[in-house]
Amino acid sequence: MKGAWRVWQRNWTVYRQTWRISFVPPLLEPLFYLLAFGIGLSALIGEITYRGVGISYIAFIAPALIAINIMQSAFFENTYASFVRMYYQKTFNAMLATPLSLEEVITGEIVWGATRSLIGTAIMMAVISAFGLIRYPEGLLLLPLALLGGLAFGAIAMLFTSIVPNIETFNLPIFLFITPMFLFSGTFFPIDALPPWAGSLAQFLPLTHLVRLARDLSYGQIGPEVFGSLAYLLLFTLVAYLLALRGMARRIIR
Amino acid sequence: MDEVIVAENLRKEYGTFRAVDGISFQVQRGECFGLLGPNGAGKTTTIRMLYGFTPKSAGSLSVLGLDLDTNLRTIKGRLGVCQQENTLDPDLTIEQNLEVFARYFDIPKGESRRRADELLAFIALDHRRHAKIPELSGGMMRRLMLARALINNPEIVILDEPTTGLDPQSRHQVWDRLEVLKNRGLSILLTTHYMDEAARLCDRLVIIDHGRILVEGEPRALIRRHVGDHLIEIVDPTDRLCTYIKNERLEHENLGYRMIVYAQEQGLYAKICSLGAQGCSLRQATLEDVFLRLTGRELRE
Repeated sequence: MKGAWRVWQRNWTVYRQTWRISFVPPLLEPLFYLLAFGIGLSALIGEITYRGVGISYIAFIAPALIAINIMQSAFFENTYASFVRMYYQKTFNAMLATPLSLEEVITGEIVWGATRSLIGTAIMMAVISAFGLIRYPEGLLLLPLALLGGLAFGAIAMLFTSIVPNIETFNLPIFLFITPMFLFSGTFFPIDALPPWAGSLAQFLPLTHLVRLARDLSYGQIGPEVFGSLAYLLLFTLVAYLLALRGMARRIIR
Repeated sequence: MDEVIVAENLRKEYGTFRAVDGISFQVQRGECFGLLGPNGAGKTTTIRMLYGFTPKSAGSLSVLGLDLDTNLRTIKGRLGVCQQENTLDPDLTIEQNLEVFARYFDIPKGESRRRADELLAFIALDHRRHAKIPELSGGMMRRLMLARALINNPEIVILDEPTTGLDPQSRHQVWDRLEVLKNRGLSILLTTHYMDEAARLCDRLVIIDHGRILVEGEPRALIRRHVGDHLIEIVDPTDRLCTYIKNERLEHENLGYRMIVYAQEQGLYAKICSLGAQGCSLRQATLEDVFLRLTGRELRE
C-alpha cells in the first residue's frame, strides 16, 4: 500500500500550489454560519437542551458545522475532483501504467479526501476556538475524528464516482443524500424534534453519528456511548470502501 | 538473442466480441517491433494487456522472462508505457510531471531530478520546464509523454500510436528520438497505422486485423513477398488496357478510376503505357501497398 501514499503525495503536490484558495472556505464558512445562525437565531431560540443540559444555540451548532465540513470536504474531493482526474485528465490511467495498482490509486484518493477534511477541521477549530466553543484537550480529538469522517464520506463519494455516467449526475447524490443529511442529522436542531419514525431513520445517516461525536468531543463529554457511533462510522467506511474498490475496478479495468 | 516479450495465443473477449483473437508473437531484445492494423484491429487492446491494464481472457504472456499474471508489479516497474491518449497531468508543470511520475516508481528525489534534467534535454524541452501542460503544442506533449515513459530507465518501451495527430515536423522529431533510443539498445514495441513510420522504425512487424495476425516479418521482406519490388499504377485505364490485363491474368486491383497492377516482368510497363493509358506510373512498392492489399480498402468507422 506504499503506492497509495504516492497517489496522496501527487495530490498534496498540487494542493500546495493552490492552498491559499483552498484555505478560504473553511475559514469563512464557520464565521458566516456562526454569525447568521448563532447570533441571529440565538436571540429567537435562546437555550437548547442537549443530553439534559441547557447550552446556547451557538454552542449547539458549532460542532455540527465542523462535522458538516468534514462531510463536504471529503465528499466533494472524491466526487468532482476525483472524477475530473479519472475521466477528463486520465490521471488514473497514467498511474496504472506504473507499478501502482488500482486499489492503491483509489485508496490514495480516499485518504487524500480525508486529508482535505482534516485540513478543513483544523482551520475551523481555530476559528471556533476563538469564540471559546471548544473544550481542550478533549477537543483535539476532533482531528482524528475528521480523518475517520473523511474516510467515510470519501469512500461513499468514490462509490458514486465509480457509477455516475457523467459529472452532472453528482447532483443526484448531493440532492438526495448530502442535503437531507445536512438538514436532518441533528445539525441545526436535535433529532428528538423529528417525528419518531424520522428520528429512527436518522440513526442510519453517517452524519448523525459524526455530529454526535463532534459535539461530545467539543464539549469534553466523552462517555461509553461514543463507541456505538464510532463503530457505526467504521463499519460504514469499510463497506463503502470495499464497494468503491469494486465499482472502480468495474469502471476502469476493461 | 533473447525474447523480452512472448505472447502466446492471446485473447480478449468483450461479451461475444473478440477484440483479440489468438495472437502470438515475440519481441527480441534490442529490436523495434511493430503492431500494425486498421482502427479497431485490436492493437491497443493487445498493448494494454501487455502492461496489465486490460486483463487477458486467455493465452499466456511473459515479459522480460517473467509471467505477467504473477509478476505484474515487477514487470510494470521495468516497462515504459506511452499511451495513445494524452495522460499528462495538467495540474503540474512539465518538470513536476516527470518528478511526480518518478515517485510512482519509488525513484529517490535526487535521482529523479537528475533524470528529469536529462530527459528534458533529450526531448528539447529543458527551456520550458516550468510551463504548464495546456501551454504545450501537440508535438511537445507527445515528446513529454515519451520522456515520462523513460523516467524509470525501462528495458522495454511500449508506444501506442506515438505520432498520431502530429504535424510532419513533430513526427520526424519523435522518430529521430526513437531511433536514438533504438541505437542505445532499448527494446521498442509500437503500434501505428502510418506505414512510413513502421517502415522507418520497425525491424520486424505484424499486421493484424479483426484481432488476428495476417502476416509477420521484416518490412522489406513483406513488401517483396506480398507486392513485389515495384507496381504499376494507372489512372483512368482504357477499356483496351482492362481487357489486356484480364486476358493476361495479371495480378491487379481495379479501383474504378484507378488500377494497380502487381506484376513484375520487365517490359510490362512499356507495354501498358503503349496501350494508351494517360497517367501510368511505375513506382517502388511500399508497406502501405502490402497493408491495403491485406486489410482491404473499405473504410473502418
